[in-house]
Amino acid sequence: MQHIIGNISILWAAPILNVGLLLDGLMIGAIFALAAYGLALVWGVMNVKNLAQGDFIMMGGYVAWYLDQSGLHPLWGVPIAFLLLWGVGWVLYKAIVRKVITRDLFTSLLATFGIAIVIQQGLNLAFGPNTQSAQANLPSWSLAGGLITVTGTRLFGLVLAVLLSAAVVLFMKNTRMGQAIRATAQDPRAARVLGINTERVYTFTFCLNAAICGAAGALVAMVWNIQPFMGTTYSIRLFVIVTAAGFGNLPAVIAAGFGMGVFEQFGGFVFGAEFQQAIIVLLLLAVLTVRQIQQLSLRQALQ
Amino acid sequence: MFSPAGYAAAIAALMLSFAPSVASAETCDDLVLGAALSATGIYAANGTNTKNGYEFAANKINKAGGVHVGGKCYHFRIKYYDDESTPARAAQLVERLIDQDGVKFILGPYSSPLTKAILPVTEKYQTPVVQTEAASRSLFSQGYKYEFGIIATSEKYLTPVIDMAAERAKQAGKDPSALKVAMIYQDDPFSLDVRQGVVDTMKKHNMKAIIDDRMPKDLNDLTAFLTKVKALHADVLLVSGHEKGAATAARQMGELKVEVPVVGLTHCESAKIAKDFPKSAEGVICPTQWAETMKTSDPMFGSAADYNKEIKAAYPEYNVVPYQTAEASAGVYLWKDAFERAQSLDKEKVRDALSKTDLQTFYGPIKFAADGSNPSKEMLLRQIQDGKYIVVWPRDAAARELVFPRDAHY
Amino acid sequence: MKRNPHSMALAGLLVAGIAAPLLLPDYSNELALLWLMILFALTWDILGGQMGYNSLGNIFFFGVGMYISAIVQIGLFYDVGMYTSGARTTHITFTTFQYFSGLGLGLLAAGLGSALIAVAVGWALFGLRGPYFAIGTLGLAIAAAELVASWEWVGAASGISMPVFPGYPEAQKLFFYALLFAVSFALLLFLTWLYSTRFGLALNAIRDDEEKAEAMGLHTRRIKRTALVLAAFFLGIAGAIFGNMIGFIEPRDIAFPTTTFNIYMVLMVLLGGKGTLWGPVIGATVFHIIKEATWTYFLGWQYVTLGLLIVIIVVYFQQGIVGWILEKYPNWFAAKPVPDERDPYAKAAMQLAARPEGSP
Repeated sequence: MQHIIGNISILWAAPILNVGLLLDGLMIGAIFALAAYGLALVWGVMNVKNLAQGDFIMMGGYVAWYLDQSGLHPLWGVPIAFLLLWGVGWVLYKAIVRKVITRDLFTSLLATFGIAIVIQQGLNLAFGPNTQSAQANLPSWSLAGGLITVTGTRLFGLVLAVLLSAAVVLFMKNTRMGQAIRATAQDPRAARVLGINTERVYTFTFCLNAAICGAAGALVAMVWNIQPFMGTTYSIRLFVIVTAAGFGNLPAVIAAGFGMGVFEQFGGFVFGAEFQQAIIVLLLLAVLTVRQIQQLSLRQALQ
Repeated sequence: MFSPAGYAAAIAALMLSFAPSVASAETCDDLVLGAALSATGIYAANGTNTKNGYEFAANKINKAGGVHVGGKCYHFRIKYYDDESTPARAAQLVERLIDQDGVKFILGPYSSPLTKAILPVTEKYQTPVVQTEAASRSLFSQGYKYEFGIIATSEKYLTPVIDMAAERAKQAGKDPSALKVAMIYQDDPFSLDVRQGVVDTMKKHNMKAIIDDRMPKDLNDLTAFLTKVKALHADVLLVSGHEKGAATAARQMGELKVEVPVVGLTHCESAKIAKDFPKSAEGVICPTQWAETMKTSDPMFGSAADYNKEIKAAYPEYNVVPYQTAEASAGVYLWKDAFERAQSLDKEKVRDALSKTDLQTFYGPIKFAADGSNPSKEMLLRQIQDGKYIVVWPRDAAARELVFPRDAHY
Repeated sequence: MKRNPHSMALAGLLVAGIAAPLLLPDYSNELALLWLMILFALTWDILGGQMGYNSLGNIFFFGVGMYISAIVQIGLFYDVGMYTSGARTTHITFTTFQYFSGLGLGLLAAGLGSALIAVAVGWALFGLRGPYFAIGTLGLAIAAAELVASWEWVGAASGISMPVFPGYPEAQKLFFYALLFAVSFALLLFLTWLYSTRFGLALNAIRDDEEKAEAMGLHTRRIKRTALVLAAFFLGIAGAIFGNMIGFIEPRDIAFPTTTFNIYMVLMVLLGGKGTLWGPVIGATVFHIIKEATWTYFLGWQYVTLGLLIVIIVVYFQQGIVGWILEKYPNWFAAKPVPDERDPYAKAAMQLAARPEGSP
């Protein structure tokens, strides 16, 4: 308890630290927002709650790391991971996800969890359990007498995340496939009647989500770090974001993503880094409880 | 075409080429020791250093004739599994070694948390274990009868740093209790025991810790802590997080340009901070179980300096030999001594022989108390001066004086 | 007792359970684990198979029981904070009496404590349905792992070394086998009885259509809470036994292993057949054999194999072994006893149960 009070008083005594935490939070939050958007997409269109989302991100991260180890600049990891994970998503969809969409919701959840475990253990076998990161070697700037460091990598991550999100949103608005996706999300039967090939839409959506996760993962490897078993934490983070914001509400998802990033930075500083995972999961439970109460007032249950 | 004689000659030549070389003429049976070690995960660096120590000692002992029990000779063969730096897995693997692989004698894993996990297993199967890499005092007060730990316990690691800082403060005419101590520890029995030792010493000088944090699980990011250290202008900085924590601390101290007059880190050598982070490593004080300047020796390995030379020849990547390697070798030597005193391969007899050990080694004296610890073993402190590890404490073993305050040229 | 295949199977299992460790002493550990798996499957099935609440966090109660028992076993004789400290210098010994009395009280406390906490958990989480319930329970299990891992009083991430069993290895193995066998078999007998009562039908009614069940007068909240409390009680005791058997407990991999035991529960039931009494038992046995085989021969690849198994079972084995048998040979298993026609609750539940699965 004491050290929590101590940490809060440090923030009070040196207000510039708050700015540092805020900046870091926003930069990381942008990546969260990007991945959360992918989760919301799959959730809204196919009603699949993808528990392997975080592990897709880790796979993307290892692509960037591997490139870094092989001498290529990890920034190439972003487009390469995007494409590779698109392929992975395609395979997973055709082999597994397609078969469980029509079953009950728990089955699809369990199936994605199974995929998550296979990916985690596979990454562990392939790359070992050490935490890794990819060095982008961009300059950093020290502000306020060394109390704030703005790393070029994080800034770059922010810019890329924003650009990618914007690209996806524009795609959704202005292309036929984007419109088809939105139509299918609204009402799959009607969409089919109107001639939309929902199977193709589902495939495309799942692949797009995987690809987005891949790109986000490449950024994570540069901005933060990756480890085969970190995927679960990311999955939970993203669930918190999408549950809190509601999966249909895009601006809310993005705002919640940023909020999550900032919350984690402050939480980690005040409570201590060892509580990071606990904070995220507790947030999940809090969000679920709040939602439950909201639904109860409408005399419904959270399905 | 080939003649029958030619064929015979060819076959004979082929067979001769497969015959064992003359050098290893003696055929000794295998004496298997089992070890779950960290080849991957947060303890991988020291897991490897430990394995190198085990292998070096086993090879040397085998070449010198092996272990002689009951008129027969035996060669050590060590069976390894990778515990991935996870306590639960280490326990499973040791159980596998004993239950499935039939191993009767265990060498400990690296680190206190993993050793803590395997001890209930060895105790359950009444299998003696020599652990050379775990220092937490809690491992010796559980009532285990089959555990023998040779290294100095963890409360001795960073306490001298506090004493030295207090002394310097008094010399400068300042009150030691006004010193601002910032510390961060890994959440494991070793580091928390180190912390307890520090806390007890600080109480003696009436010092208070301005920061007393725990590291995140993967020991990967200390920026929040170091930012606080800078903001509060700490006088003493202590970090204990095994080699991963030390590497992260050294790296990020350089990134954030942390300037603190006294810095104490555990596991500097195995984290290779002098080599990888020369600027931040300058002036850092590092506790060590063993140094090549120690005046200890034994008939198998010679003096500490002899061991140092030979191990560097076997493993040229070692600039500074990590003490984890030295203590691992001492552990295998202890097994040889125990087997030869017991003159038996029976678990109980060997266990009893271990408990009566009174052995001088290149690593130091080994004589076990009733709880399995080795109380006569002491720690040394070294400071990194101009990229080299110089013993600065205890006074009678010190090569040079402490450089105070630390002057890192970032 | 009626002489039907069901009772004969129970008797057979009892005999096998008693004889097994004597006939195959080298496999005591694996056999003990088998009983643990059976208990995991049966307790998961109460909520998932019979009641329709698919939990991904049952391991929470397992771990809670484990820690409660440890605290009691140690706390009766020593200060827990001192015992778990890395800097402990006080020598610890447990006399034989202390060990067994502590263990007995610990097991009791574990079961009751878990059950009590289940009331609170149920209150918090039963407003969630379907996937949200699954995610919520998973979150609970992970949160417990992380919070306990930061709680220094119980040793945080370094865990707790349990009191040492006073006896030879052979005696220890037999002792813990007997405990696990006893608690699992007791659970099996208990559930055999429970599923033949009104309560069993009520559980199924909730699974089939909760709103309608509530509308027809069933106290769904009370029933759900009771089901969770029952599962928690048995899981808590099992956790306490397991912790003592292993000798060392820690939060992430032993007490709250969210990606191993926690998921095995679900798989075993799916494999064997959800919502049946023998499905979980059969599923647990088959699964355990497969798992032990891969551990022996594929060390290193075992977790990947198990992950693949999840996917295969979920995608291709939806109805499970017993489900498949029931379809092909409906007369093999004696039907559940028919409840009293005059009992309005039972009648309502029967009507609901008669509706086809999955219809709105």
